[in-house]
Amino acid sequence: MSPKTLYDKIWDAHVAHEAEDGTCLLYIDRHLVHEVTSPQAFEGLRMAGRKVRAPEKTIAVPDHNVPTTPGRDDPKNMTEDSAIQVAALDTNAKDFGIHYYPVSDVRQGIVHIVGPEQGWTLPGMTVVCGDSHTATHGAFGALAHGIGTSEVEHVLATQTLIQKKSKNMKVEITGKLRPGVTAKDITLSVIGATGTAGGTGYVIEYCGEAIRDLSMEGRMTVCNMAIEGGARAGLIAPDEKTFAYCKGRPHAPKGAAWEAAEAYWRTLFTDEGAHFDKVVTLKGEDIAPVVTWGTSPEDVLPITANVPAADDFTGGKVGAAQRSLDYMDLKPGTPLKDIEIDTVFIGSCTNGRIEDLRAAAEILKGKKIAVKRAMVVPGSGLVRAQAEEEGLADIFKEAGFEWRLAGCSMCLAMNPDQLAPGERCAATSNRNFEGRQGRGGRTHLMSPAMAAAAAITGKLTDVRELM
Amino acid sequence: MQKFTKLSGIAAPMPLVNIDTDMIIPKQFLKTIKRSGLGVNLFDEMRYDDDRNEIPDFVLNKPQYREAQILVAGDNFGCGSSREHAPWAIADFGITCVIAPSYADIFYNNCFKNGILPIVLPQEQVDVLMKDAEKGSNARIEVDLEAQTVTTSDGETFSFEVDSFKKHCLMNGLDDIGLTMEKAASIDAFETEAAAVRPWV
Repeated sequence: MSPKTLYDKIWDAHVAHEAEDGTCLLYIDRHLVHEVTSPQAFEGLRMAGRKVRAPEKTIAVPDHNVPTTPGRDDPKNMTEDSAIQVAALDTNAKDFGIHYYPVSDVRQGIVHIVGPEQGWTLPGMTVVCGDSHTATHGAFGALAHGIGTSEVEHVLATQTLIQKKSKNMKVEITGKLRPGVTAKDITLSVIGATGTAGGTGYVIEYCGEAIRDLSMEGRMTVCNMAIEGGARAGLIAPDEKTFAYCKGRPHAPKGAAWEAAEAYWRTLFTDEGAHFDKVVTLKGEDIAPVVTWGTSPEDVLPITANVPAADDFTGGKVGAAQRSLDYMDLKPGTPLKDIEIDTVFIGSCTNGRIEDLRAAAEILKGKKIAVKRAMVVPGSGLVRAQAEEEGLADIFKEAGFEWRLAGCSMCLAMNPDQLAPGERCAATSNRNFEGRQGRGGRTHLMSPAMAAAAAITGKLTDVRELM
Repeated sequence: MQKFTKLSGIAAPMPLVNIDTDMIIPKQFLKTIKRSGLGVNLFDEMRYDDDRNEIPDFVLNKPQYREAQILVAGDNFGCGSSREHAPWAIADFGITCVIAPSYADIFYNNCFKNGILPIVLPQEQVDVLMKDAEKGSNARIEVDLEAQTVTTSDGETFSFEVDSFKKHCLMNGLDDIGLTMEKAASIDAFETEAAAVRPWV
């Protein structure tokens, strides 16, 4: 048998039907659902008189729209259209008999944080969700990708997805990371190196010592942004850390079933000599704490660099860079460390897990913010509870941060957490697109530690200077 | 689903790379529970000022492009989120064909579910079409899905590739779910087999 990549193995184990032209029906093990991209899909099922084929494999949680302030389980405290979407999810979950974590449930949170936390996401699975950051679950060695609403409906009705296989891409991060460098810096640096379309048509497998050294939380951060590099999915082979994370989770297998599962999961790695269509290698020691300066996640530079000029680029990127500079109101040649920040946002499916809050709190301990406003939005109710138990919440509050309830919040600003025009934000989220965090808002992406550092100084800051 | 076979229409030029889904349809319009009615908010933040007045310089606000049915754009069109509201907004505006050197994966797939043909052509050919589109409403671009060709107003023809299954579905306006349900026996068999190998799933 020819050697296979991890992606090949998971793919092969899920092909329910293959047509002559290579179009496959890929069986889906877990379907995660949220309130924004699902109402039209459920409506489609109703109109066609269809059921959810595998409700026991379908998990719903409202996250995108929900306010992160107290009282939110009363619909009166939501905008009318948000309340309608959340109510629609309530009704659809009930009518179609799927698992559901309502806003009032302490387990509610961002769908990509809830899935792993509750043990829904396990190695070797196929996981989809009507959200591009489904790539997050790849950290477990699960093939996970975002789908559109028509595909959500297709998966609800058939538990399969019509797919053609992607190509294999390997992203290797060799050696050790330097102090102050995190998973977020890895994933942003990879996008900086490959561009936002560098992964288009591929499934990425992240490997190498620096990836192995990451916690599960860090691996989720890396895979989360695979989509920002254009890839269909990102994967990391499961190992002891993965098994330890999964063991004992509410929906993870127990007893003999666990033993069988673990034995199977131990076969999930890329075989020696397997073929990759594209290989990118970065040295861990070369990666610095980075920030974005522009309006594409590929606009990444080490914090020690200066704002580039449009002429530093070629082709269509010249115009795009100029547009970014204008939008971000930045002058070429300005040291990134001189850029003043109004707001700090710590949270999102990229960096809203406990390790992220610990990293930020470590920097903030005993300090005060020097920005107009700063907020922490834990990725789930359980992350929030744990952070309170560990005393992190007190550190954030004493520093001047708002301590919010779980949700997507200012990552995409569908709820009331939004930037005002011109407001400049240090954010731990995943997209710095124009208007992403609010019309006219300016976003600089970075790690939680870097965001905490910016909160203290009021400027983009090299976290290593505060360590 | 709306069929797509042939189109002869005005093409709007958008010579920008990385046009993302937040530009195509900003998040405040994702709160709908319907698929229709989003055309008026297509490219909303580029199209209207803070007082909801049209920004005259934006391409789709110019008189010659208000009836555009084709969009010619730069690399990596549709990058960002999985929101199908992006193709819904494009289709609702009346655009049923996009031409660009490359697309983000999810957006590309979403187009085919909504009667939109996303055509991939090399940069040099997109450049030619961009120039053609810049001529305005007198320059109609012809698209023939059956023949897999795009023809400029000057009669220059380019061929494009498209997946045969996606082409078939688009040309016939087929419902994917119905097609997949015909293969229910394969799915049943797979489930039985998978339950034996991976009972914990």
